[in-house]
Amino acid sequence: MSQRRFPLDSILLPAAGAGSVIVLWTILSATPGSTLPSPLETWNASKLYILEPFEKRGELDQGILRFTWYSLVLVAKGYVLAILLGMPLGFLLGLSKLFAKSFDPIIQVLRPVSPLAWLPLGLVLFQKSEPSAIFTIAICAMWPTVLNTAVGVRSIPQDYLNVARVLKLSRWKTLIKVLLPATLPYMFTGFRLSLGIAWLVIVAAEMLTGAPGVGGFLWQEYNSLIYEHIILCILTIGIVGFVLDRVMSLIESRFKTV
Amino acid sequence: MSFLVLEKVSKGYFTNGSHAPVLTDIDLRIEQGEFVAIAGYSGAGKTTLISLIAGLLEPDSGRILFQGRKISGPGPDRGVVFQNYSLLPWLTVHENILLAVDQVFRKWPKARRRAHTERYIELVHLTEAASKRPGELSGGMRQRVALARALAMEPGILLLDEPLSALDALTRATLQDEIERICSEERRTIVLITNDVDEGILLADRLIPLTAGPGATLGPSITVDIPRPRDRKAINHDPRYRKIRREVIEFLLASRRRGEEMKLGEGDLPAGRAAS
Repeated sequence: MSQRRFPLDSILLPAAGAGSVIVLWTILSATPGSTLPSPLETWNASKLYILEPFEKRGELDQGILRFTWYSLVLVAKGYVLAILLGMPLGFLLGLSKLFAKSFDPIIQVLRPVSPLAWLPLGLVLFQKSEPSAIFTIAICAMWPTVLNTAVGVRSIPQDYLNVARVLKLSRWKTLIKVLLPATLPYMFTGFRLSLGIAWLVIVAAEMLTGAPGVGGFLWQEYNSLIYEHIILCILTIGIVGFVLDRVMSLIESRFKTV
Repeated sequence: MSFLVLEKVSKGYFTNGSHAPVLTDIDLRIEQGEFVAIAGYSGAGKTTLISLIAGLLEPDSGRILFQGRKISGPGPDRGVVFQNYSLLPWLTVHENILLAVDQVFRKWPKARRRAHTERYIELVHLTEAASKRPGELSGGMRQRVALARALAMEPGILLLDEPLSALDALTRATLQDEIERICSEERRTIVLITNDVDEGILLADRLIPLTAGPGATLGPSITVDIPRPRDRKAINHDPRYRKIRREVIEFLLASRRRGEEMKLGEGDLPAGRAAS
């Protein structure tokens, strides 16, 4: 059987897929007793937020991209902290067997803990919502960076290390000239996965702290019984997450080819 | 005291709890300015031998003296050209060599280090490719970079670990000629490890066979008394060349037969089959 090629299949097929989901959504919303808003209702209730995406009409009533921007800023802070913590930790795990043996178990225990569990601890520690959200994002998002960096350091070819040994590079120079560039492709895989998690965590963090952003808006609209806006927020969160992942894989592939 | 001395050097590895000897009782003396080739089978422990001299491995017993001092770890006074080039793929040709030059000649001003690097890129005819990364180069070109890097460190001794074995026959011949040319231009002490007896005869002052493992050791040293510069076409008809070649190959074949008899003696194969 030959693979059939449709004209413009990279556009038409995804459009057909999305179309069928919208049809299913319409059917589900039309069933008697359903509280799910239909696609059309969602559009009508949301178009103000989409067509004027940066408008600020009030503290809790802002364009969707303005809310997204608040969320992205908060994510960026937590993400930078996650990388700053995760990279050195990954290097230590990869370089020192002693360190890895000592701390691997505790890392495996902390890694699966949900952001919903970290956030109250953050609130206890920092008393304020923003630092505790940043803390939660950082501690949940850093693990992929930690583990991928460690794997990257462990899989550096012996040849490169021999070069460093024959040249008698100092520890610092070995790190900068050999270990870091050799680990970079692995680290970027970690960075990409970490960013995905950071974005996942932001919604939960905003819901619990009530900070302004896509997640905060979602929770507030749930409480105000405007269910159409929940769907608007879900779609926004999904699209932003997708775009972030694409951008990171583009950067990642640039480093892979080097 | 010779320039490089190996005395009763043995090295083995532990695998699954049992000790597998790789090299036993290696005795070797190399004078300054000598080019010595060590020829042996693949897997006989040639790379182990060069790693010991480089200081990347420590001998189990015996001692290695370089310029009268015991070797304690690797250092830029012994330049190594590894079999698989060992270039850093994220650096250009120029940067790969400069990294070594910067490290060895730290006291030189920057301009001098650059000029020094460029001189060695020139020596291996890679000026055109100086700003390329190893991934963009052919195997032969990569090996030239590795050679230039090792030479640029101006090491007391140059250790070549099967530097040409990964290359195709034509590239290999070209690079052999180039090593021969570089050797006659700058007299260096060189140890070449090779699985190609012809390569050893073409390039070296002395050729030493390494017996087949396990527990390989060096055979008798054979002086290659063919005047330089040596021409690969002319050398084929030189009776001295044929004599050395025959001697070394016969020694290596005999050592392998002995090695196989030893293995059979251990009872690896049923007696009936072993006879056929």
